[in-house]
Amino acid sequence: MSESAPLPGPYFGEYGGRYVPESLVAALDELTEAWEALKVDPTFKLELAELHRSYTGRPSILTEVQRFAEHAGGARVLLKREDLNHTGSHKINNVLGQALLTRRIGKKRIIAETGAGQHGVATATAAALFGLDCTIYMGEVDTERQALNVARMRLLGAEVIPVTSGSRTLKDAINEAMRDWVTNVETTNYVFGTVAGPHPFPAMVRDLQRVIGDEAREQVLALTGSLPTAVAACVGGGSNAMGIFTAFVGDPGVKLFGFEAAGDGADTPRHAATINKGRPGVLHGARSYLLQDEDGQTVESHSISAGLDYPGVGPEHAWLADSGRAEYRPITDDQAMAALRLLSRTEGIIPAIESAHALAGVLELGRELGPDSVILVNLSGRGDKDMTTAGHYFDILDRDAEQM
Amino acid sequence: MSAAVPGAVASTIAARRQAGSGALIGYLPVGFPDLPTSIDAAVALVENGVDVLELGLPYSDPVMDGPVIQAATQQALANGFKLRHAFEAVEGVRARVDAPVLLMTYWNPVLQYGVERFAADLRDAGGAGLITPDLIPDEAETWLAASDAASLERVFLAAPTSSPERLKRCVELSRGFVYAVSTMGITGARADVDRAARTLVDRLRDAGAENACVGIGISTADQVREILGYADGAIVGSALVRALAEGGVAGVADTAARLATGVVA
Repeated sequence: MSESAPLPGPYFGEYGGRYVPESLVAALDELTEAWEALKVDPTFKLELAELHRSYTGRPSILTEVQRFAEHAGGARVLLKREDLNHTGSHKINNVLGQALLTRRIGKKRIIAETGAGQHGVATATAAALFGLDCTIYMGEVDTERQALNVARMRLLGAEVIPVTSGSRTLKDAINEAMRDWVTNVETTNYVFGTVAGPHPFPAMVRDLQRVIGDEAREQVLALTGSLPTAVAACVGGGSNAMGIFTAFVGDPGVKLFGFEAAGDGADTPRHAATINKGRPGVLHGARSYLLQDEDGQTVESHSISAGLDYPGVGPEHAWLADSGRAEYRPITDDQAMAALRLLSRTEGIIPAIESAHALAGVLELGRELGPDSVILVNLSGRGDKDMTTAGHYFDILDRDAEQM
Repeated sequence: MSAAVPGAVASTIAARRQAGSGALIGYLPVGFPDLPTSIDAAVALVENGVDVLELGLPYSDPVMDGPVIQAATQQALANGFKLRHAFEAVEGVRARVDAPVLLMTYWNPVLQYGVERFAADLRDAGGAGLITPDLIPDEAETWLAASDAASLERVFLAAPTSSPERLKRCVELSRGFVYAVSTMGITGARADVDRAARTLVDRLRDAGAENACVGIGISTADQVREILGYADGAIVGSALVRALAEGGVAGVADTAARLATGVVA
C-alpha cells in the first residue's frame, strides 16, 4: 500500500471548495463530519468490506490481455475488471459506502443524478438493498439514449425524473438534484456519483473508489513483482480514474494517464475534453476546469459516451494536471469505438464506451512506453448498456429487428 | 454591518424603517424578454413602489432558481444575453429612476469577467452591489476585497439551517442587508411563507443584523405586509417575472403596485 495519504479537501491546490447556496452548507458539514467519523470506524469498514465481498463481488480480478496488447506496441496490458462488479461498473463501490453513510445520519430518502444511467442504477440498487426511497434525476436526452437503464432503475423501485431544463443532459440533472436537495435537505441525502461537486464529495467519493487502485496495486505486484509503468483510466467527472490513481499517486515511478472524451475531435466544437480544452472556473459547487464561453456560461459537451459527456471534471484531477503528476489526453469517438471493437474481438470482453476511451489511449501509450512496460488499465464498466449505440455505430443491427 | 458610510441600499432601507415600514425589493432578470423591455420593466417596478431593484444575470446552471425564473433566464440566454448587457441595464435604469440597483449573479460569470474588473464596471455603471446566491463567505476573499475597493454593497444569504457562527459571519460581512432565505428551497411563489423566516430574522438580529430582508416564496401584498412586520425588507421575484411574462411591462407594473400596498407607512 502507498503510505502517502491523499488530500482531505476541501481544497486541492487552488481547486475544490464549496460554491453552493448557504442552504446546503449545514448538510455538507453534516456529511463531512459523518464521513470523517465513519471512514475510521472499524464496524463500518467491516460492513463495507463484507458488502464488497458478498454483494458486489470484490476483489475484482486482474486480466492480462495479450492479444489486445499486440496492438499496443507489445506492452503488457492488465485490465482491472470493474466491469464484473454487480450492476456492471465501478459506480457501486461509491454508492454502497454512501448508502451506509445515509443510514448513519438517519435519512430515509436518497437522490442522485445520472448521465449514462450507471450511477443511477447503482444508487437505485443500493436503495433497494437498504430500503430507502430513491429519486434519480436524468437529462431527458439521456433517458432517450439510455432507455434500458431507465427501465432498470424503475424496476428496482426508483422514481426516475427526466430533466427538461438547459441542455437536458447530466449537468442539468445535477442542477435539478441540487434543487431537490436544497428543498428536502432535512430528510434527504444526495448520493453524488463522481469526484466533483462541493466538499466533501470529491474527497469522499475518491476515498470510496480507491479500493480499485488499492486492490490493483497488490495484484500487479503479485503478478509481476513490481509496480506498473503506467496507470490509465477514462475521465468524465473522474471517479474511476481517481479510484485507480490514488494508490499510485505516492509512487513517483508510476505514470498516471487520464483519457478525456474528445467527441468529434478536441479541436472541433463537439467534445468533452475539459482539462485539455477548458479553463478554470466554478461549476456545480467546486472550482475546477470546465468548458465555458467568455462570459462563464457553461458550454455543452459532446461525446458518444453518455458517461463522459460532462463539461466539468473533479477538482483533484485539475490539481493533478496542473502539477504534472498526471497527464490527460483526448480520445475521439472514433478512436474509442475502434478500441471497443478491438477488445471485443481480441479478448471476448465488451467494454463500456467510457472505458474504451482508456483502452484507445493505451494503444498509443504502449507504443510510446515500449514492450518492457506494464500498463494497468481501469476497465470501469461493461458494454451491455451500449449495444444500441454500438449497433448503430458499426451498422450491425438487422433492420427488422431494430426496436429501440 | 459596515461602519463606513452606508451604501445606497442600506440608506434606502433605513429611510423606510424610519418611516415605520420596510422596503419592497423587486427582482427581474436582465434581458428578459429582451434587453430594452427588461430595462423598461425594471423602471416600471420603481415607478410603482419598489424601493430596491435586484437584477438577475442569466446563467446556464442556476441551481437556486425555480421553474419561472429558469424559463425566463433561459430565454434571455437564447436571445443572446451577454455579461456586458448587465452593466448597460444598470446604467439604463439608473438614468431613469433613482432606486438603488443590485445585481444578483451566480459566481462563475463574475470570476471569468475578473472580480475586480466586474466590481469597477458595476460601480461605474451606477450599480450598488451584488447578491451572490452561490458564493458563501468561506470562498469570498477576492470579492470582499474588490467590493471594499469599489465601495459596493454585498449581500450574502442566510438560511434557516445556518449555524449561529455562520450567521454571525454573514452579518459581519454583508453590506446593505442580509438576505434571509424564508424557507428551505429554491425560488418560486408559495402560499405560505414559513414561520422559519420569522425565526431566522430573530436569529439574525441576535447576531447583530441591522437590515434583514426576507426572500423566496413571496407573491402577495399580504405576505409583504406580514414580513415587513418583523423584517426590514421583502424580496419578490418569481411573481414579478411571471407577471412580466404574461402581461408585459403593464402587467408587471400592476403587480408591483399591488405588492406595494403591502408596504404600509
